Amino acid sequence: MSDEVAVRAEGVSKVFGSPGNELRALDDVTVDIRRNEFFTLLGPSGCGKTTLLRLIAGFETPSAGAIMLDGKDITVDPPFKRPINTVFQSYALFPHLTVGQNVGFGLEMMGRSNSEIDDTVEKMLALVQMEAMRNRLPTQLSGGQQQRVALARALAPQPSVLLLDEPLSALDLKLRKQMQIELKRMQMETGITFIFVTHDQEEALTMSDRIGVMSAGNILQIGSPREIYNSPQNRFVASFIGESNFLEGTASGTGAKRRVALADGHSFEALVADESVSDGKVTVAVRPEFVQVVAADTADALPATVTNIVYFGTDMHCYMSLNSGTEVVARVSADADRGGALETGAKVGITFAPDGPRIVGD
Amino acid sequence: MSNKRTKPFSIKYLPGFTPVALVCFVLLYAPIVTMVVYSFNSGQSVALFEDFSVAWYFAAAENELVQEAALRSLIIAAFASGIATVLATMAALGTTRTKNYPGRTLIYLMINQPLMVPEVVTAVALLIFFASIKVATGYSGLAYLILAHAAFCVPFAYLPIRARMEGMDRALEIAAADLYATPWKTFRRVTLPLVAPGIAAGAMLAFVISLDDVIITEFVKSAGQDTLPTYMLGQLRRAVTPEVNAISSALLAVTVILLTAFFLLSGRNSPVGK
Amino acid sequence: MTDTSTTNARQLSDLEVRAEKERVKRNWLLSMPAMILLLLGASGPLLIVLVYSFMTPGDYSGVIWTPTVKAWFQIFFTVDIFDDTVRLADAHLTIFGRSLRLSLLTTLLTLIFGLPTAYFIATRPGRQRTLWLFLITIPFWTNLLIRTFAILEVIRNEGLINNFLRWLGVIDEPIQILYTDTAVLIGMAYVYLPLMVLPLYAAIDRFDFRLVEAGYDLYANRWQVLRRVILPIVKPGIIAGSILVFVPSLGAYVTPRVLGGGKNMMIGNFIELQFGQGRNWPLGSSLSILLLLVVAVALLFYVRAANRGGSDE
Repeated sequence: MSDEVAVRAEGVSKVFGSPGNELRALDDVTVDIRRNEFFTLLGPSGCGKTTLLRLIAGFETPSAGAIMLDGKDITVDPPFKRPINTVFQSYALFPHLTVGQNVGFGLEMMGRSNSEIDDTVEKMLALVQMEAMRNRLPTQLSGGQQQRVALARALAPQPSVLLLDEPLSALDLKLRKQMQIELKRMQMETGITFIFVTHDQEEALTMSDRIGVMSAGNILQIGSPREIYNSPQNRFVASFIGESNFLEGTASGTGAKRRVALADGHSFEALVADESVSDGKVTVAVRPEFVQVVAADTADALPATVTNIVYFGTDMHCYMSLNSGTEVVARVSADADRGGALETGAKVGITFAPDGPRIVGD
Repeated sequence: MSNKRTKPFSIKYLPGFTPVALVCFVLLYAPIVTMVVYSFNSGQSVALFEDFSVAWYFAAAENELVQEAALRSLIIAAFASGIATVLATMAALGTTRTKNYPGRTLIYLMINQPLMVPEVVTAVALLIFFASIKVATGYSGLAYLILAHAAFCVPFAYLPIRARMEGMDRALEIAAADLYATPWKTFRRVTLPLVAPGIAAGAMLAFVISLDDVIITEFVKSAGQDTLPTYMLGQLRRAVTPEVNAISSALLAVTVILLTAFFLLSGRNSPVGK
Repeated sequence: MTDTSTTNARQLSDLEVRAEKERVKRNWLLSMPAMILLLLGASGPLLIVLVYSFMTPGDYSGVIWTPTVKAWFQIFFTVDIFDDTVRLADAHLTIFGRSLRLSLLTTLLTLIFGLPTAYFIATRPGRQRTLWLFLITIPFWTNLLIRTFAILEVIRNEGLINNFLRWLGVIDEPIQILYTDTAVLIGMAYVYLPLMVLPLYAAIDRFDFRLVEAGYDLYANRWQVLRRVILPIVKPGIIAGSILVFVPSLGAYVTPRVLGGGKNMMIGNFIELQFGQGRNWPLGSSLSILLLLVVAVALLFYVRAANRGGSDE
């Protein structure tokens, strides 16, 4: 991975539909994707992630903005002139061509010699462990096998960027886990920039070098999986990736940490995750594992009442209600339940792990 | 206790429907089968089956007028269905799998016009139109018939091609473009092979439709340009001659063969053209 | 995060405008050759017919370029040669009446036979159904002339029916069927029956028979299930089939010519007559336009009914 920019989307917007009935799928999105990185666009369906991918591939024309590849503006280039290949969600394998012919298709279109095509196809099929299937037709393959062929086909022309549009969504859980690991391996082996689109946060966290979290046509936060998970900057990211509790309060003080007071006067310390909203009314996000359930009389603890306990084996979720009525859930290990003291209706106290609470944007 | 066994209740049964349907099939086939049977009759009469014979087939085949008409029918059908299929394929590419655009309804209407306008009206229109061109140019060859046939064959070629194209995954062509195939190469390597069965079916239907045409040919043809159907119509007196009977049976056989091929090509889709 | 913006009206970027223009141009270019062919070989000449209907007939054939509405007048009225009184053109009205009556009866007859047939085919199991369907498509694609010949051989005086009845001793003299309206009706019903069965089959094939189960469950008897459940739902198919039979019946030419003889003309034959022995091209042209208009009304009715019925196309 280097810091050089491979793909840059600059102020890209895409509006679908007719006047009066339009849908702004992308709203002035700017993002740099670095050479050789595994970049994931993560977001719920309809957030614009696939649209951004299709704009980079050249299947759609942007309503505004530009797409750059290695510093060159490629916005007007048709897909067949872009050194970018796609692994389609439906695989889109040519049903009338064999596996080998599918994989060799791109090279054939580029006018490469037969021997070169032959060698590359061999190599690519080996990479995805499908050598034995070379003369089969796509209809004779299982979903997982088709997936591998689609991958080999997109990699064969050695594109500078590979786009993957939810390629694992049609696979069952076990196969998906296996492919996640293999995709990451292939990306490292080939050194090609991968842009991966998914709505599955676990998939994104497992494979990516960096993740761009999208919602309603915007990229809300870009960062490494660790940054995204541990330091969500706003409410959407905090709730979409992992689970979060949200507390409304009033912030005061200066510096990296502020004092946040709840309506009932109790207060606690929170990290500033988003500089723009560190004063006055703020939202604080806390992951359930950073919520500690303590005795009601503990100093500085927020008083709460247990409303429900859900047991998950190694740990359990303790649902509590603050004085204000706000629901807070804590993830506590099952053996931390001191002799069954945690039960519905019990009066308890809540404290937070250091750096657990974070003041986030909306 | 009653010994009478009642039949189990069937959801789909409706009284009288099955007998009517079977009678219907008998009525549909009785005349055709009779025709075919009597085409093998050695005698002149259709009333009396004398002896099995293929004499009338030979008589028809040796008749020069029949030979010429048959050849003319085939030439017209080949050219007309060829032209219609190529143009219908292009039109299908321009009208399917794309967002609506100004004028698409007009294109639809134009293409399907021959299915909507009574044939006799089109025939009259072409008679007038070609008559003046014939006077103006002095040319009175087969081109008029080929043009007229090609025109009314277009919707028949268009419908199965369009159906096939609409059933095709758009992502395949996008994938081809993604893999460096120019639009022309995408068409040659991906679209065409995948739509081929539809094109073959369309060409076949167009061929049959052209071969069968009576009215437009009757109006448009110049002297001595009989096709097989107009020749047969011209031969009709008070009864059908055994020779025409034999020609009819032969044409029926061609239809059945082509139709079987069509069924096999288009899988389970029924060739409901209209 | 911002919400999906709807404030500023949709403005296409230059790039999008260019891509859109490119798409429309490509689609038109691809459709153009077919359009030109149909303009030359089908649609365009119809305009000439319209023009000719307002011209004066030529001496032998063709027209003289003197505009007049006489042809349109002639369709319905005739002027007495001796005292110039205007009367309804009885002969013409008889032909229109026959065309309309025979077309409606043909539609009715094919519906009566076609509905049970289509129902029968649609309720056959899997492979059997394909076979029955195939059996109905063979006559559909067989040359109409050949089928007309086949029915001619059955109904003529020395034909199958008369010979059979004579053999039974029911009759001494053959019953004259050929060259009557009945012959034309039998012939048209015979040749157009598949046109009725196929759309009916398509509609019944889509029919969800669980609705019939629900009907029986709610105490309907077989007749009520047919009338109250099946027929209303397959109605678009009935309308489609009726139009598909009615329209070509109205413009029929071959069947009335072969089975009706010279006298029992329908409008199609009457039009032809004006371009042949009649030598009145303007009258033939105005009749053609009239026929076209009636068909257009029928098709419009069909489109509306189909849209209401929610069927595709």
